[in-house]
Amino acid sequence: MAEPKGVEVTINLDGREVKAREGEVIIAAAERAGVYVPRFCYHPRMKPVGMCRMCLVDVTGPRGPMLVPACFIEVAEGQEIFTDTPRVKKAQDGVLEFLLVNHPLDCPVCDKGGECPLQDQTLAFGPGETRFVEEKRHFEKPIPLSPLVLLDRERCIQCARCTRFADEIAGDPLIDFFNRGERTEVATYPDHPFASYFSGNTVQICPVGALTAVPYRFKARPWDLEQVESTCTVCSVGCRMAVQSSANKLTRYIGLDSEPVNHSWLCDKGRFSFEAVNNEGRLTSPQVRKSGELIDVVWGEALDAAATAIREARDRFGAGSVAVLGGARLANEDAYAWTKLAKGVIGTDSVDAQLGDGLPAELVLGVPRATIEDACNAPAIVLLAPDLKEELPVLYLRLRAAAVERGVPIIEIAPRATGLTKYARAHLGYRPGEVAAVVAALLSGSSADVGPVTGADFERARPFLSQPGVVIVAGRPSLAEPAGGVADAIAALVAGLPDARVLPALRRGNVLGALDMGMAPGVLPGRVSLDDGRHWFDQEWGVVPEERGNDALGILAAAAEGKVQALILLGADPMADAPDRELARRALSGAGTVIGVDLFATASLDHADVLLPAAAFAERPGTTTNIEGRVARLGQKLTPPGVAWPDWMIAAELAARLGGGFTATTIDDLTDEIQRLAPSHHGLTRAVLGSRNHRDGVVVPLDPSVEAASAPIAASDVGAHDPQGSSDPIDPAATPGLLEVEEHGVPVTALAPGEGAAPDADSNEGVERPPLLTYTSPPGDAVVPPHDAYSLRLVSSRSLYDNGTMTQHAPSMAGLAGDVEVHVNPYDLERLGVRSGGSVRLIGRTRIVANVVADERVPRGNAFVAFNTAGLGAADLIDASLPANDVRMETP
Amino acid sequence: MTITEAPKIVTSRLRYEDSHTLDRYLATGGYEALRKALTMAPEAIQAEVETAGILGRGGAGFPAGIKWKTTMALPGPHYLVVNGDESEPATFKDHMLVERDPHQVIEGALITAYATGCERIFLYVRGEFALGLERMQAALNDAYKFGAVGRDIFGSGFSVEAVVHPGAGAYICGEETALLESLEGKRGFPRIKVPPKIIPATVGVYNKPTVVNNVETMSNIPWIVMNGGAAFAALGAGRSTGTRIFSLSGHVKRPGNYEVEMVKTTFRDLIYAPVYGGGIQGGNNELKAFIPGGASSPWFGPQHLDLPLGQDEVAQAQGTLPGGGGSMLGSGSIVVMNDATCPVRAAWRLARFFARESCGQCTPCREGTGWLDRIMFRIESGSGRMEDLDLLLDVSDNIAPGLAFPYPMTTICFLGPSSPMPICSALQMFRDDFLVHIKDGGCPYG
Repeated sequence: MAEPKGVEVTINLDGREVKAREGEVIIAAAERAGVYVPRFCYHPRMKPVGMCRMCLVDVTGPRGPMLVPACFIEVAEGQEIFTDTPRVKKAQDGVLEFLLVNHPLDCPVCDKGGECPLQDQTLAFGPGETRFVEEKRHFEKPIPLSPLVLLDRERCIQCARCTRFADEIAGDPLIDFFNRGERTEVATYPDHPFASYFSGNTVQICPVGALTAVPYRFKARPWDLEQVESTCTVCSVGCRMAVQSSANKLTRYIGLDSEPVNHSWLCDKGRFSFEAVNNEGRLTSPQVRKSGELIDVVWGEALDAAATAIREARDRFGAGSVAVLGGARLANEDAYAWTKLAKGVIGTDSVDAQLGDGLPAELVLGVPRATIEDACNAPAIVLLAPDLKEELPVLYLRLRAAAVERGVPIIEIAPRATGLTKYARAHLGYRPGEVAAVVAALLSGSSADVGPVTGADFERARPFLSQPGVVIVAGRPSLAEPAGGVADAIAALVAGLPDARVLPALRRGNVLGALDMGMAPGVLPGRVSLDDGRHWFDQEWGVVPEERGNDALGILAAAAEGKVQALILLGADPMADAPDRELARRALSGAGTVIGVDLFATASLDHADVLLPAAAFAERPGTTTNIEGRVARLGQKLTPPGVAWPDWMIAAELAARLGGGFTATTIDDLTDEIQRLAPSHHGLTRAVLGSRNHRDGVVVPLDPSVEAASAPIAASDVGAHDPQGSSDPIDPAATPGLLEVEEHGVPVTALAPGEGAAPDADSNEGVERPPLLTYTSPPGDAVVPPHDAYSLRLVSSRSLYDNGTMTQHAPSMAGLAGDVEVHVNPYDLERLGVRSGGSVRLIGRTRIVANVVADERVPRGNAFVAFNTAGLGAADLIDASLPANDVRMETP
Repeated sequence: MTITEAPKIVTSRLRYEDSHTLDRYLATGGYEALRKALTMAPEAIQAEVETAGILGRGGAGFPAGIKWKTTMALPGPHYLVVNGDESEPATFKDHMLVERDPHQVIEGALITAYATGCERIFLYVRGEFALGLERMQAALNDAYKFGAVGRDIFGSGFSVEAVVHPGAGAYICGEETALLESLEGKRGFPRIKVPPKIIPATVGVYNKPTVVNNVETMSNIPWIVMNGGAAFAALGAGRSTGTRIFSLSGHVKRPGNYEVEMVKTTFRDLIYAPVYGGGIQGGNNELKAFIPGGASSPWFGPQHLDLPLGQDEVAQAQGTLPGGGGSMLGSGSIVVMNDATCPVRAAWRLARFFARESCGQCTPCREGTGWLDRIMFRIESGSGRMEDLDLLLDVSDNIAPGLAFPYPMTTICFLGPSSPMPICSALQMFRDDFLVHIKDGGCPYG
């Protein structure tokens, strides 16, 4: 938590003078002064309700000392507070006894036993025997609140943490209290399950064992758990979390209270994704195809087979015939190693961590960037992005809070209403293909309509955009329109709004780290262009691609034409993720040798010739980079299954076989090399990364103040939690289950003095460090593709739970993915004479069958199909080469 | 025995069968006070009410004029909420006023809205008052037609809208902040109050400054406007001015609502005077105890009969709580128990009421009321243990530390600390009865 703002006041706490801030509640001021007032309902991230009454303290008032709840009475100058008088103790003990009156005391079979604030406080302060001889209250137990969360009403102490979270933080008020008195229970509304993407947080903050998560229930006892701090890579928000395991299996993730990023919250997809890491179906051995069959082989044989295929392709058809797709799953060090292999050893620039579903790398790397905090403090936020609630859920929470709590105006430009639409001051619902024209009109001051966007819509939006410092949250609002128009629109906004900055809304775990590390055509590690960085990297690598390569769609097109002799799929599944399945299918059959490096054998790997098993999240250390450019540590808690390797090792071994051996032999060497060579990461030493001040990660390029604030970790600090350190003391009631002893992710081998500390000089044998990329938007008029009245314009974006590999390998979440549906405005359905709920045939690039749903959130003339559902779906309708995709709807 | 000559301020019309109709209301001087008020400055009306010194008739007894002043000083919009959610056992005065003289409530509310600059009046009437709701709605409709409510009232330029809002059936919604939550469509949980900054007068319905007044308080306003605050203040004595309706029930010969002058009248007058209660009924016609101000007030005994019916006089009396202090006039309901009453059973019935009606928000009230209910039931039904007597007091002390009047504010609303009061009083006054229950294994009263 950040230091509270407000005027400093002096209070008298248990007889000593203590500084506090006006507006701060007593419980928080006392905690900062080292006095822990017991509590159950109070949570630092939510509004106080004063319900549990555990935090009663004596405050001297005009009529002498009075018992008041420390959780909602604010401090005042000269206030006299006593937290440990006999009267306070009696009141607190009384509350504890009341809480136990109806509590079942089934601690031996309760998942919370061992990490339960109620149990801990009872052991510490409670009486040894109960005075309650009556029959306790009984409920059926447990009952499901949702497919992921179970409720045991007998254990519930009615603290309202879960209900407040659902309402205040998540904006999904789907649970509330029901009944009165001691029969009060948390309940859902009839026939409306607690289907919130954030439901797992209620389990995390439950101070007793009332709420349990299906994936953790009865799986482990807290005292058997080990923990490491890490960063979630399910999406690119980069939520800080504690990874807990038992017996080399992941058991649970707990959100850490990172002030700049996730405020202790996680989305359910992130929280429960550990099931996929544990999945028994992981690739555990290298495989090579022999007489049509994939056969387990030893690493040496598989690497030889891969290296041979790559070498032959390069030697016979040129380096450009080798292509690498994917890499967003990798840690930064892995990504750097693979870039170095592809661009610095093989010499191909046809590398792309995105799969045609992102934005041009030069744009993302070359525009002024914003942090999440910048967005939350901006004069306005422009959303030109997919539905953040579906794709970057915790960013959705932060922006929603900015709009609700701070009144930050949100202007949304989208082809369909999203989770944030109801918090937006203006919504420009555009027709796909016309986004650049809409933005041009918005900036020009024109009052003419652009497709469905009216002049009045523009008028509503413009007043919010005049102040400098607007933050543009930029991604792909729809995968059924190409990146070009969206990129033009973003560039126009950056150029047209004063001091505007961009917060990229690209979804994949470490896609921004991969781009920073050069995993895109035309760029090299450290946010430099191929041309600017050529000499600098040539100096070190000896090889740099001669010309710009293809991006993902270009690689697929080239492969389809038989021009890719060796295609490396680095955790990439183009059959599922490329927004043009027909192209992906032809590419995979047209490619020469297909080499897969992955956790699971995906559909794209059906025809792979070599399969190399990679280590997953929590199985390797390293760093990851979020949407802000924040580099944060990944923690290793497990050894990989079978003989799976970290990706960087695979790259290093292939490089050795291709005649370009790496000097790096450890991940630390790679971190040092990135710091030394990648201009955007200059100064990001291991000392900085390991500093206690930078537990939340460090945004690159570094602010000059960062290094000064980097107290290195001493050997004695390793594994120790220091309550006097910069991170706050852990409040055991705010996040029950967080283990006191915390270890940093990267093996914090204590650094020798000077080691991994000082950045090098700015030149390397006379070659100057290259400048960072600056994006210059290509000039050009927005082209508006024509449309006809018989077709609907296709909009497609992702849902949180989809047919993705990780979701489908997490048993608790696999069933939450929806079927293929087409959402159409009821007006259009009536116009076309189609009944909602029925099945229709959609005709685009190919034909699919989908259930049709009337949906007001889709503007007239558009049709929404969620991306990546099971079976035939949106990707089969899209032709990525078209400026927009139209579909016809037919009833069978 | 004192029967004062004080005028009937709020019950003057009740002798008519059709007292609830607009015709009768107009025939008896109705809406004249509103016409007069509309010619006065709002501040002048507030000043009259402050001069009158009328204490809120809902239970807490806060001076209405002061409440108004707080809201008036704040920027609008302002709202007026009339609390007609009378739900306390044995309190039935507002019920009568709503059913028998709804126009008087409406007129008082209109004057209040004019004085305090309220744009909208919410007439919150207990959902179980079927006839009351019907009559209040009919009266409001008639008042609209008559031009007393709505736009440009009586051509004065003042406009206010009013709606009748039925309660959904919870005792706690009589608590003003729970009522506001309920009015906003939420669950009736009392809100955190941090006087003087966070109270309904400053942050009320929809977080706007809100005057919340009881039905009886509102019913007094027309008279105060017509006759002046000084005339009202001349009645009663000390801080307790004017007249007040007391709901007298239990073992008296003539139970009912009686409007009497405050302070000048005593409990003895009310219970024994032939025109009021007419004396004790049943048993040996002797008084055992009485509840002076609603279900949650500490009990009184025969030694308290000569106490005047005044707020401070009752509060400062030597009462029956282990921790000292008196009792309260509260909602103005007096329940009389004759000598054949089992005090254990009586206290248990009240304990069960509070256990059933606790909103469930604060731990001590939610869990403590249920626990007390169980212990009391056990004692009454013959399974009591000697240690239960200390346990009762200690559990009560954990709900209301000190067991004294006035209560400490250890829960969000007053329901919590007031809930164990009947038990503590009963145990203090009739310990022998408890002991007999425990030793004999049952209730000696049968």
